[in-house]
Amino acid sequence: MKYQSQSVAKLYFIAAIALFAAQILFGLIIGLQYVMGDFLFPEIPFNVARMVHTNALIVWLLMAFMGAAYYLVPEEAETELFAPWLATLMFWIFLVAAALTVAGYLLVPYATLAELTMNKLLPTMGREFLEQPTITKLGIVIVALAFLFNIGMTILKGRKTVVNLVLLLGLVGLAVFFLFAFYNPTNVVMDKFFWWWTVHLWVEGVWELILGAILAFVLIKTTGVDREVIEKWLYIIIAMTLITGIIGTGHHYFWIGTPEYWQWWGSIFSAMEPIPFFMMTVFAFNMVNKRRREHPNKAAILWALGTAVMAFLGAGVWGFLHTLSPVNYYTHGTQITAAHGHMAFYGAYVMISLTMISYAMPLLRGRNAANPAKSQVVEMWSFWLMTVSIVFITLFLTGAGILQSYLQRMGENPQSFMAVQDQIALFYWLREIAGVVFLIGLLLYIASFFVGQNEPEAAAAD
Amino acid sequence: MAEAFTKSMARNIFYGGSAFFFLLFLALTFDTMGQLPNRDNRAALEGELGPVIAQGKALWENNDCIGCHTLLGEGAYFAPELGNVYKRFGNSTDAIKGFILSRPKDGIPGRRSMPQFNFNDEELTAIAEFLKYVSEINTANWPPNIQG
Repeated sequence: MKYQSQSVAKLYFIAAIALFAAQILFGLIIGLQYVMGDFLFPEIPFNVARMVHTNALIVWLLMAFMGAAYYLVPEEAETELFAPWLATLMFWIFLVAAALTVAGYLLVPYATLAELTMNKLLPTMGREFLEQPTITKLGIVIVALAFLFNIGMTILKGRKTVVNLVLLLGLVGLAVFFLFAFYNPTNVVMDKFFWWWTVHLWVEGVWELILGAILAFVLIKTTGVDREVIEKWLYIIIAMTLITGIIGTGHHYFWIGTPEYWQWWGSIFSAMEPIPFFMMTVFAFNMVNKRRREHPNKAAILWALGTAVMAFLGAGVWGFLHTLSPVNYYTHGTQITAAHGHMAFYGAYVMISLTMISYAMPLLRGRNAANPAKSQVVEMWSFWLMTVSIVFITLFLTGAGILQSYLQRMGENPQSFMAVQDQIALFYWLREIAGVVFLIGLLLYIASFFVGQNEPEAAAAD
Repeated sequence: MAEAFTKSMARNIFYGGSAFFFLLFLALTFDTMGQLPNRDNRAALEGELGPVIAQGKALWENNDCIGCHTLLGEGAYFAPELGNVYKRFGNSTDAIKGFILSRPKDGIPGRRSMPQFNFNDEELTAIAEFLKYVSEINTANWPPNIQG
């Protein structure tokens, strides 16, 4: 750690990991509710547990992105953070707001929460992923603005690198497109159309800029490859991301009441969306092969390579699987979507967050470069357990989705939703077992922070 | 990658490409907004039942129905698609009201169950009218059949 103010990142990373644990716990609850329908009913109905599962995911990824920015921006800009106190203050505001929101979900019925938070004044609640009370959404905007101000001022007074600028562009986009969360007309088609401006343009747009910038930073640091080479790659990758991803929004516009030409635009452009992810895989392996030094943090390099591979599989391949409109006609809103969502989010955003945490945490905890070998071994075990189990979760959900699409939408005698659900229960059970393995991986990951702390840190082989 | 391909060329592709495709996206959006009135069943919203449908949507949102169901394929995959439930229930708002009303408050042992929300008749009507309005949006023939 070169700059004192980078240390604020630690708070963000710790909270991110805690929320990650909460996310997985509630994931297991809803996974079980798929096969034991009355589990925790009516105390924690499915929708409540799902909200905690998805909202905790979004918040912990945002926390991790912010932590990553607070860590890497000073180092890239070669200057202290503009206002470290503001970063700390915003952290606590964000954490308390998130905790209160989750408590609200769990303790009172959602309709009561809507009433308590005066959703009537500016209705924004009750839409997938944007379930947060309006007051929480306003809080997110305030935190995001303060964060952007802090990061922007730091970059302004320091060195302007490509990594910093791409990250900043991603973060500005994140704030701008979140504003569409406040637009909620009664017209369902308009509502959905612009809802995707937050959801798709985040997940398949600006978040990928953030991903690219973080990955480039970690690769510069761990491989010692010339910055010029890495920055050129970064530009090409994010160029392809936005060129394919912006019009790629169209793959969400097939069946919500928009004109039929979106089936062409959406199919063609989203079929190209795997390209930047494929380039990212080639990029990461190339840089690691061309490395000029052996970095002692093997775990961080493993996470970085894992991100590139799994993002390509989950976001790229599994996205492509059902993105062409004639296929999507039968798979839209089935377990195929869930399968893609799980691997894409884990591969792209969970893994890049863990890459950054893996690289930065040892330094934030006062080491020169890396954790002791013993702790890295545990961390790498957690990598494999979580990654392999998400592959199986994805495969089981894909199996469920193929059967569901066939039985409910394609066969001779299409069957009702609930009748079909009964027939694919086996896949849900298998998914739940894979989920338990994932939890074990996560527990090992958390344990890696405590294992072998008294041993000397790992040194580079050469 | 050839030496001739420089970083500034990559940068220009990024800025130029992103700007071009964002503008194209805005143009397509503009065109879509022009075509929506013929597809999105806004006549229902502007008609006599408009305020009832609006109330129905508010109830839909305030009770997080999307947390279990999908609506036009989006939402959670735990409970049936509702974009066409009006048609699935034989084009009957009364059938929708009856179903919601009849949910057991303690659930069904071992099975998924919709909570009992204790809506009054006015609220039930609002939700049913909202679902009827959604079912009459032109969705390019999605879902593939009545099962949703």
